[in-house]
Amino acid sequence: MSTGAAEAAWQPSELELSRRSVRRRASTRSVVIALISTVVFAGVIGLALVGSPGWAVVQQTFFNLEIGIESFPAILAGLWVNIQVLVVAAIGVAVFGTLLAVLRSLRGPVFFPLRALATGYTDLFRGMPLLIVLYLVGFGIPVLDIFPRLPAVVWGTIAIILTYSAYVAEVLRAGMEAVHPSQRMAARSLGLTHAQTLRIVVIPQGIRKVVPALMNDFVSMQKDVGLISVLGAVDAVRAAQIEVAQSFNFTPYVVAGLLFVAISWPMIRLTDWASARLAAREQSGGVV
Amino acid sequence: MTVLEVRGVRKRFGDHDVLQGVDLELDAHEVVVLIGASGSGKSTLLRTINLLERVDDGQILLGGDDITDPGVDADRVRARIGVVFQHFNLFPHLRIIDNVTLAARRVHGMPKDTAHARGLELLGSLGLGAKALDYPDRLSGGQQQRVAIVRAIMTDPELLLLDEITSALDPQLIGEVLDLVRQLKSTGSTILMATHEMSFAREVADRVVFMQGGRIVESGPPEQLFDAPVEPATAEFLARVRHH
Repeated sequence: MSTGAAEAAWQPSELELSRRSVRRRASTRSVVIALISTVVFAGVIGLALVGSPGWAVVQQTFFNLEIGIESFPAILAGLWVNIQVLVVAAIGVAVFGTLLAVLRSLRGPVFFPLRALATGYTDLFRGMPLLIVLYLVGFGIPVLDIFPRLPAVVWGTIAIILTYSAYVAEVLRAGMEAVHPSQRMAARSLGLTHAQTLRIVVIPQGIRKVVPALMNDFVSMQKDVGLISVLGAVDAVRAAQIEVAQSFNFTPYVVAGLLFVAISWPMIRLTDWASARLAAREQSGGVV
Repeated sequence: MTVLEVRGVRKRFGDHDVLQGVDLELDAHEVVVLIGASGSGKSTLLRTINLLERVDDGQILLGGDDITDPGVDADRVRARIGVVFQHFNLFPHLRIIDNVTLAARRVHGMPKDTAHARGLELLGSLGLGAKALDYPDRLSGGQQQRVAIVRAIMTDPELLLLDEITSALDPQLIGEVLDLVRQLKSTGSTILMATHEMSFAREVADRVVFMQGGRIVESGPPEQLFDAPVEPATAEFLARVRHH
């Protein structure tokens, strides 16, 4: 195209070149300042920590490399349990949370009982501490004696699904309500039913709007799977606890903590990246 | 053959009477244009016909069936009518071809390949074939509106409702959309459209209907209504529009 040829022939003017060099110098200066201040800050904190009177004891009790290495395999094996629970729970929450969100958005008097049930459910489980849900589900339901004996991990997973579905359902519902009513109208005008409109038009667009919030819930769940240890499931936290009890040293907890950070870190970065990308697309350029 | 019959339709929002007894008939292959100021009830009339609003009184018959009967399946009725909106309302998360074929596949049970082929053929005939795999936000307003029209006519509706389809477009994009409406007229579609484009109304309409305050004030062939309106209100409205 002719405009393409014109673009190729264009050379930045003197004015633009001088502006660019000013900006480049400014950005180099910013990077240098940031580097220096980071090093100074880290140095001050480090010195204060190492110089504190109890540092030797803290180092011995929490950062004992030898014990850390020794306890690592057991904790890692426990972490594998956490990851399995996480995967199953994520799938369960996706299904159950969506169902709750749809039930809450049903219209018409016929659906009142379902809508009220879903509303009551999300109110209850968003208010109840996860720890208590874990106790009630993990120690209460087996006593009913209507289910076969199941390992603690299973009950822990169920408790997490019950709690997190309530949160996710609310996020999804907010997303569905953020889809402009004209989209529903266009879909219904084509003859799509209410259910088809939800499935094909509203839910896909609604989910897109709340991806950052959903990812945040996922990150939060990633560490909360460690709470199933209270039911006696040998996960990373429980494994660390066992190691601590044997060595009278808290380093295994630090190891378990760092491992949890390590598995959630990629997701945390991804969340940030996704939010930034969404913001960039919605603002479509601009420098503010 | 009568495609649409509107009998004494009333609609009230709160304590505001938006439609105060509207009577209207459309024969097959007829193009009827609704004109009138904003708030005169044009859009509400179109929305009641498509069952997006429930009438408060009166009757609407589509192909002889009373579609205001409470026992009627509204989804089946809407599937028989094609609608194009002022703001296009394409589905932003679906590609153009999926927007166009959605109703054919999901509502009318057309096999995917057949729907795809027909969608591509229609898009191609409008010079939009190359855009079939793009998402709506990659298209200009005029292109989006033409896609919206293709979406509405994909399933050969008995009646097309066009609700101020050029009001959100730049002047240079209006032309391409109106060309498409001319084409639809020439292929025998039955169209009821609300518009502010008076010269287009004059050119394309078989009958022009002037609405004011929720009533039909006057209707007739375009030459008569535009050049020799009987009602003073019509003349006044036309004089105001022409001065813009």
